[in-house]
Amino acid sequence: MLQAVTSANPGSGDEPWVGRSIERVEDAALLSGRGRFIDDLGVQPGSLHATILRSPHAHADILSIDVEAAKRWPGVAAVLTGSDVKAVTTSLVVGVKAPVECWPIAMDRVRYVGEPVAVVVATDRACAEDAAELINVDYRPRGAVVDPLGAISTGAPVLHDGFPGNLASDRAFRYGDPDTAFADAPHRFSIDIRYPRNSCTPIETYGVIASHDAGEDAYEVLANFQGPFSIHTVIARALKVPGNRLRLRTPPDSGGSFGVKQGVFPYIVLIAAAARITGRPVKWIEDRLEHLTASVSATNRATTLAAAVAADGKILALDWDQVEDCGAHLRAPEPATLYRMHGNLTGAYDIHNVKIRNRVVVTNKTPTGLNRGFGGPQVYFALERLVQRIAIGLGLDPLDVIKRNLIDAGAFPYRTATGALLDSGNYQEAVALAVEQGRLAALRAKRDEARAQGRLYGIGFTAVVEPSVSNMGYITTVLTAAERRKAGPKNGAQATATVGLDPVGSVTVHVASVPQGQGHRTVLAQVVADVFGLHLKDIRVNTEIDTAKDAWSIASGNYASRFAAAVAGTAKIAAERVAGRLARIAASQLNVEATDIVFARGFVASRHNPENRIAFSRVAALSHWSPGSLPDDAGQTIRETVFWTPPELTPPDEDDRINSSLCHGFIFDFCGVEIDPTTLETRIDRYVTMHDCGTILHPGMVNGQIRGGFTQALGAALLEEYAYAEDGSFLTGTLADYLLPTTTEVPEPEIFHMETPSPFTPLGAKGVGEGNCMSTPVCLANAVADALGVADVTLPLVPARLAGLVRGAEPPPPAGGATAAPARGGDRRLRGEGQASVKGAPEQVWAMLLEPATLQSVIPGCQRVDKITDTHFRADVTLGVGPVSGRYRADVELFDLDPPRAVRLRGGATGALGFGNAEGRITLAPDGNGGTKLTYSYDAAVGGKVASIGGRLLDGATRVIIGQFFTALARKAGGGSAESGGFSLFAVLAKLASLFGGRR
Amino acid sequence: MTRLKADQRHSVRFTLNGRPVEGEAEPRMLLSDFLRHQLGATGTHVGCEHGVCGACTIVVDGMLTRSCLTLAAQVDGCELKTVEGLAPSADRLGVLQQAFRRNHALQCGFCTAGILMSLDHYLATHPAPTEADIRDLLSGHICRCTGYTPIIQAALEAAAQLASSTKETSDA
Amino acid sequence: MKPPAFDYLRAETTGDVLDGLAQQGGDARVLAGGQSLMAMLNMRLAKPKLLIDIMRLKELRQIERKGDAIVIGAGVRQADLLAWPQLAETLPLVALALPWVGHMQTRSRGTICGSLAHADPSAEMPLTLVALGGEVLLRSAKRRRRVSAKDFFAGMMLTARADDELIEGISLPLVKGSRVAFREVARRHGDFAIVACAAMRTPTGVRLAVGGVADVPTARDWPVLDGSALDDALNAFAYELGARDDVHATARYRRDLVRLIGRDLIGEVLR
Repeated sequence: MLQAVTSANPGSGDEPWVGRSIERVEDAALLSGRGRFIDDLGVQPGSLHATILRSPHAHADILSIDVEAAKRWPGVAAVLTGSDVKAVTTSLVVGVKAPVECWPIAMDRVRYVGEPVAVVVATDRACAEDAAELINVDYRPRGAVVDPLGAISTGAPVLHDGFPGNLASDRAFRYGDPDTAFADAPHRFSIDIRYPRNSCTPIETYGVIASHDAGEDAYEVLANFQGPFSIHTVIARALKVPGNRLRLRTPPDSGGSFGVKQGVFPYIVLIAAAARITGRPVKWIEDRLEHLTASVSATNRATTLAAAVAADGKILALDWDQVEDCGAHLRAPEPATLYRMHGNLTGAYDIHNVKIRNRVVVTNKTPTGLNRGFGGPQVYFALERLVQRIAIGLGLDPLDVIKRNLIDAGAFPYRTATGALLDSGNYQEAVALAVEQGRLAALRAKRDEARAQGRLYGIGFTAVVEPSVSNMGYITTVLTAAERRKAGPKNGAQATATVGLDPVGSVTVHVASVPQGQGHRTVLAQVVADVFGLHLKDIRVNTEIDTAKDAWSIASGNYASRFAAAVAGTAKIAAERVAGRLARIAASQLNVEATDIVFARGFVASRHNPENRIAFSRVAALSHWSPGSLPDDAGQTIRETVFWTPPELTPPDEDDRINSSLCHGFIFDFCGVEIDPTTLETRIDRYVTMHDCGTILHPGMVNGQIRGGFTQALGAALLEEYAYAEDGSFLTGTLADYLLPTTTEVPEPEIFHMETPSPFTPLGAKGVGEGNCMSTPVCLANAVADALGVADVTLPLVPARLAGLVRGAEPPPPAGGATAAPARGGDRRLRGEGQASVKGAPEQVWAMLLEPATLQSVIPGCQRVDKITDTHFRADVTLGVGPVSGRYRADVELFDLDPPRAVRLRGGATGALGFGNAEGRITLAPDGNGGTKLTYSYDAAVGGKVASIGGRLLDGATRVIIGQFFTALARKAGGGSAESGGFSLFAVLAKLASLFGGRR
Repeated sequence: MTRLKADQRHSVRFTLNGRPVEGEAEPRMLLSDFLRHQLGATGTHVGCEHGVCGACTIVVDGMLTRSCLTLAAQVDGCELKTVEGLAPSADRLGVLQQAFRRNHALQCGFCTAGILMSLDHYLATHPAPTEADIRDLLSGHICRCTGYTPIIQAALEAAAQLASSTKETSDA
Repeated sequence: MKPPAFDYLRAETTGDVLDGLAQQGGDARVLAGGQSLMAMLNMRLAKPKLLIDIMRLKELRQIERKGDAIVIGAGVRQADLLAWPQLAETLPLVALALPWVGHMQTRSRGTICGSLAHADPSAEMPLTLVALGGEVLLRSAKRRRRVSAKDFFAGMMLTARADDELIEGISLPLVKGSRVAFREVARRHGDFAIVACAAMRTPTGVRLAVGGVADVPTARDWPVLDGSALDDALNAFAYELGARDDVHATARYRRDLVRLIGRDLIGEVLR
């Protein structure tokens, strides 16, 4: 249903390039192994390689860091800790007004698992990793909080003194008269949402190569950063140099980003600092474990959304209460995720009264940042789930409730209650087309039929407005009007494009758009070739950025779906300016009026007399070879740089209304899902997605964006979650636990289009890349809720979770047989108990327990036990269990001694793989036969790397090994040998080490 | 029996895309790193280093191989094929590569090399795969850009084209 | 994410392997397909001093019929066995389970015995070995021994293999004409099983083996059961397996699957 795209070069007689799904200029290199990604580019001889030691704790004070052994390791050039970095940098700026610092490395406290603690710089990466294992960090754990509502509850551990109660921002907004609307409305519906954490996880991880010129105190950095380049100011400030002494470049290719590679910037500061301290270029390529644990995450959010609703389903007012969880630090540009959608909190609906409370909290999780959809998934999940609930509550069809509330086609440009100016659209027509072309009636019939057979089949609907081209000022909505007045206005979205003609008349285009696979070079060649009447191959496009040489501004980069709408349009303007001058030059040479000039087929010609023409390259080269022969008014045609920012993007007004984005596409989705009654797996039967993204520049790429967004959204809906335990342990640290969709889970969505061009963009295009990340998770959730007949569903729609919603009471265990362990929820501490019979009276056993030799004999590989006091021991142990052999430092204390009846043991162990701690109680009682009955109970937890990467098997291993320890202890007490048992904590760590593996 | 000492670099020789190559590696050096950083064959990419993402997949002695789960020392004397060996010449793409380009079966191109290697290997012995076959094969790869269906389409098109050209050759 | 340093020994005879294991003991690891071990090395979970590469040993690459058993050598890759023409006829349960092991790109390198050595409780090959009542053939410089499947798996990731022993191969009994069934539930195709079940008809009734729930794959034999007697037996078995919660599934969900899939599979093999 692609509409014809109007020619950018009318009158040429040739089909324009724009609007065609031509093959991409990028692909030949990428398909033959000749891409140039950051790790493919060589480094200067003598460059060093960095690795980062990261915190195993979610929240702890750093008591000391011993780096001496690491520094002495052959090949190591430097080991940096927080204080070293602090000496050459300053804190990253924080986006709210609060006395809070934000460093790229922990200073004296860690606040999330994976937070950098030390950087080792060495001749190669493996060597750096060898040395990192030799660093001893002494932590004193603090209580951790991972739940956003828990974080702001009384008594929660506080992360930053400058954020009292963990609250970084608390703002209330009121638009229209929501209180009256709620008071007068016949119905009120409300929904509580917990949107989970996830990430778009590009397959290429972060990379940074940095060097420092001490003579000029200037940094040069190559990084696969994606923008926005407002962050350049943050980096330069942190490195304590003016912007012109931070030369930031990007490699020619970048392996996906989806927002995520904005988050590389703290590492730019860190690696640049390492380069300065070592005086050598330093390279760091993030590995996958680092990426999953600590790169960046989308925000998780707790939302309560209420609607005042008329009897016919018309929504009269909304009441949003959003608690945004930005993780352990509020890193730039956060809390942007929360405010990006501020103008769009009414979605595709005509709702005049809105009340909002926005709170931003910090928790002991990885700091958040850009991720495709950026605030949209969180908002639409609440809004569109609520719409379904309204329909059920009022006995209406959900589609009818959607249609009842859609903004009228005649209302555009439409100002939303919260300030967005929706540029164009015809939502009713889009819905009608989708219903017809997507065969909704057939889908409904299929559902009826399936249900008649007792199958679990459901249909979901979603209508979504997809904002694109962010207003750089929207984030200032987090400030009060008074604070904004003080800070000065921020707004706009400067796009830049340069078109250059070289001395043989060939055309070069440069934009500051930083693509990560979106095909910008192809589209720009299309746009500019149309303006000049040239062949695609005549245009060469460069999309690398070099902040020292290129035109750029704070909005530069690839985010907020700004390319087609803003950047491509700016390139068109630049080309047209050059073309205008070329036309004057050609007109003087051809003796015609400039208005008679057309560009076609490589010539500049008279429209009326096409034979009167001159080769494009000849006109194009004239500025170089013979500027004197140009007409006086023509100006140079060597290079034209255009900066374009739309006037519609104004700062927030006094009443906090903000036009947060320039363009607003429309998406209407519906889908049918079937749920397996045994496994509760969700199978997507059909997925229909209708898009209006304005003028389509390249249909193949537009559909590519839709499919890609759909697939990432499918992952968010069904599979992906950055899961944390209540103690802050990160549980999904490998790609075997953070589950991305593969070919066997992803169907082809049925894609339909209509085009209402944006009146605000040069090409009429709007963004399209993020929409399905906003619409698809909730559309699938609505379908699953429909299939199961449940009111609440939480993402991801994990089968076990759905089973919990629909399965009744479990068959009880057989009498006298095994029973189920209590459900654990988020509590990761393991508890257990057992008993053993031991020879010897309790007094003998007691004496044995207090001997260091006992510990030494039950800990395998224990070289030495140091007795600190009579009841406090330290040990260094080398363990070998399965394939594992590692050194651990252990500390064991006995307390609450009640001789000869009871004692408690508390112990901890720390090594490169993480930490464990446990507490156990042992009681001794005479067994009546001269022996002793030994009973034990324990309570243990393991954290750090093993929890992140071995989580699937963690509990089982911990339980088994602890049982072995106590058995060994009992055996020792009974005079036997300790055999294969092991002290729990070491053994647990070692055991866990063997837990992970790909399959074989 | 050959025992290579941990702290020394040892010569590793094999055939890469039909040409003999040689370099030096410590025993612990991964094949992916050896290809990329010792030999400069950077077309093979590294995405997870634990065998899940599939970006580093190559062919060793006729076996699909995760080069991140393989030591350089293991392939001494073997025959390796990587993405650099797919095109018939530097300025031409092969049938499979062309099908990828035609179907927009790649965006960032980072995972693509591994996917191409799996398909190139598979199609050589399975001339008429079904969509289900291709989906099963490629479930060992992760692509975050395309949503996979263009890749599957490209694979099926390439298979059909390769089968018909093979048929023409054998008919002739 | 680079491996720690180790020596690498390219074995040319089984004697090389046994000598290496005898000398280095627990500090040596056998490198076969590497699909689990290499990931662990990259994550620095494992730190052997010596890796012994056995994949150049032709004598370990055999799949042989010996009487009423099939013997599969340590060097036999999963893909090799899957491509073995007699597989479906002689080892129908293996033919059903093998395609669930990882992906084509990992089966091409990974070995049958390597998967057993790794002893992941969710893996398909340990489950199959237990279901079939096979044996593991262990060999050190000093002796050879055979260990039954149920004795081989000592716990989660733990086996009866001593540090100086090589898993030389496994022996799987032929179960001719017996009906078998296999089903697995995982989050995605190719993932570790949340629950995997194998069922087979036995001379006295039926056997159900379950992986992914207990610390080791566990088999249970029953006489021919149906109706509520079967429900009760499955329910008791489900509880006895001691299912646990993890990030992918709850214990209750696992028990449900044991009951539901167990019933389906038993119905299938008894039909």
